[in-house]
Amino acid sequence: MAAETTRFARFMGSDLVYSFRRSPVAMVSLVLLLVLIITAFLAPLIAPQNPHDLKQIFIDKAELPPIWKKDGEWPFILGTDPQGRDVLSAILYGTRISLTIGLASVAVSMTIGIAIGLIAGYLGGSIDNILMRIADTVLSIPTLLIAILVSAIFRGLLPPALRDPFAAIILVVAIALTAWVQYARTVRASTLVERRKEYVLAARIIGVAPWRIMRRHILPNTLTPVMVAATLNLGLAILSEATLSFLGVGMPITQPSLGTLIRIGNQYLFSGSWWLVVFPAIQLGLIVLSVNLLGDWLRDALNPRLR
Amino acid sequence: MLVFLVKRLLNAAAVMLAVGFLAFMIFRFVGDPVELMLNEQASQQQRDELRVRLGLDKPFVMQFATFIANAVRGDFGISYRNQQDVFTLIVERFPATLELVMLATFLSLVVGIPLGVYSAIRREKPLAKLIQFVSVLGVSLPSFAVGILFILLFSVSLGWLPAFGRGQVVQIGWWSTGFLTHSGRLALILPAVTLSLFQITLVMRLVRAEMLETMRTDFIRFARARGLPDSSVHFRHALRNCLMPVITVTGLQIGNLIAFALVTETVFQWPGMGLLFVQAVTFVDIPVMAAYLMIVSAIFVTLNTLVDLTYALVDPRLKQDAIAGGAGGR
Repeated sequence: MAAETTRFARFMGSDLVYSFRRSPVAMVSLVLLLVLIITAFLAPLIAPQNPHDLKQIFIDKAELPPIWKKDGEWPFILGTDPQGRDVLSAILYGTRISLTIGLASVAVSMTIGIAIGLIAGYLGGSIDNILMRIADTVLSIPTLLIAILVSAIFRGLLPPALRDPFAAIILVVAIALTAWVQYARTVRASTLVERRKEYVLAARIIGVAPWRIMRRHILPNTLTPVMVAATLNLGLAILSEATLSFLGVGMPITQPSLGTLIRIGNQYLFSGSWWLVVFPAIQLGLIVLSVNLLGDWLRDALNPRLR
Repeated sequence: MLVFLVKRLLNAAAVMLAVGFLAFMIFRFVGDPVELMLNEQASQQQRDELRVRLGLDKPFVMQFATFIANAVRGDFGISYRNQQDVFTLIVERFPATLELVMLATFLSLVVGIPLGVYSAIRREKPLAKLIQFVSVLGVSLPSFAVGILFILLFSVSLGWLPAFGRGQVVQIGWWSTGFLTHSGRLALILPAVTLSLFQITLVMRLVRAEMLETMRTDFIRFARARGLPDSSVHFRHALRNCLMPVITVTGLQIGNLIAFALVTETVFQWPGMGLLFVQAVTFVDIPVMAAYLMIVSAIFVTLNTLVDLTYALVDPRLKQDAIAGGAGGR
């Protein structure tokens, strides 16, 4: 217990927390992000309606405008879509899907990237050469194109009945396969520096296995840039997911993410139902904005040259 | 220099070969081409004949070699969806995409450089801070959402600008241009602005960072000591030294913009090759997908290689590194 308290106290006294306390932008964006995350994951409890439950949807409440407009009705604060679904509830459920896919693809790409970076940097030689050539090739094709193709290939390989249940996993793989390169390069660069230091030499002399040196000794010293990259990539991953869903190679209409909602709303653009597009777009913008602002702050706070 | 040149070209060729392999794998293994090209009533004999005609009975390596040889000659096969030659289809659509990308690039320089300069030299002014904030906003809003919001505002509510299509185009040889007609120019505005927004923030951030870096150097201090007016120090001395990286990044980004244009083209139903690709993905029209991947990658790799070579010409240190690095160095 005592160790826990001191660790917490040490964290609270760190430069990072000090810099956080002095940055109103970072505080506001963290609060905003937490609110968005909590409301999204509590969606089944707080949303006025479950948009996936047909029993709760009434067709006579279709295409209601937001509540402050004439014809708006309680509890449909942000209006309803042509099937009578509550837009606010759809956004909360959609945010949950978008955030889950974003976080999962960052986790997967970070794991792949760190592993490849450590192996390439520590072992060097021809393994390093091959891995970095692959990384160069991935970098030489625009990322959006890779993500669309991977997604299209998996969908082509799966029988149509399995496409929708696996849509989220396909998206995570497609986004992760484009994003690992950045982590691999960062980790490889720091590993190249770390592996020449005395503590690594000492570990090698006493006979620690290479994978253990990589994991326990080198990895912790390469994580600072990875943290910054991961935060900024979370924003990118959420945007990629939304873009793929918007293009029709992402989440299906039965499990709409924010991108799918915008895609659906786009079809009603000229019928005057602007709220179907505008609110999901604002929500998406708020999520990515708060993540990006936090990432920018973290990058500056962890950069010793800017202190 | 020759070593470096050969190395770079070999590298580019290797990347293209890898992309070609990827395209070939898609072509060969995502769905059976024979099944996709024939209807369900086709007899076994018809299937076998088509299999032989497409060369699918040959060994794998031979098939890949044929695929690459055909691709180099611009023969990507026939589109499954509309039974037309794929290369012709893409070439027809190419001018629409390129005009969009060029205008977006132009906009990003014309808007991005002044904003970057301003936010660097008036760093503490509230307006500069506002520009900084708006630039984060610019990378946070997905371009398709911005495009849709533009359509809502300028087409649906105000009715000023067309929401989709290219307007009237003029045919000059095989090139079709929208710049020469009034409706063509109007139709270009919204897609080009949408596509350029991300690019503007990129140029702006780059110019700002480079300007801040340059303003700290000795020759700027010396220029000030000579009593030169601010405008001369900022624009004739500092900005000029920032332009090299800006031009490089802009050049490199053109490949990315061509790829990214597919989102903008989908939003505005712009008849470019990106829209063609998105439709091909939806209909699993594999020859079009493979061809688009190879053509866009070829543009991308060519631009990268050109930029690398130009750098080597301009910066002698890189040349030395490349030669000293030899076979082992990367």
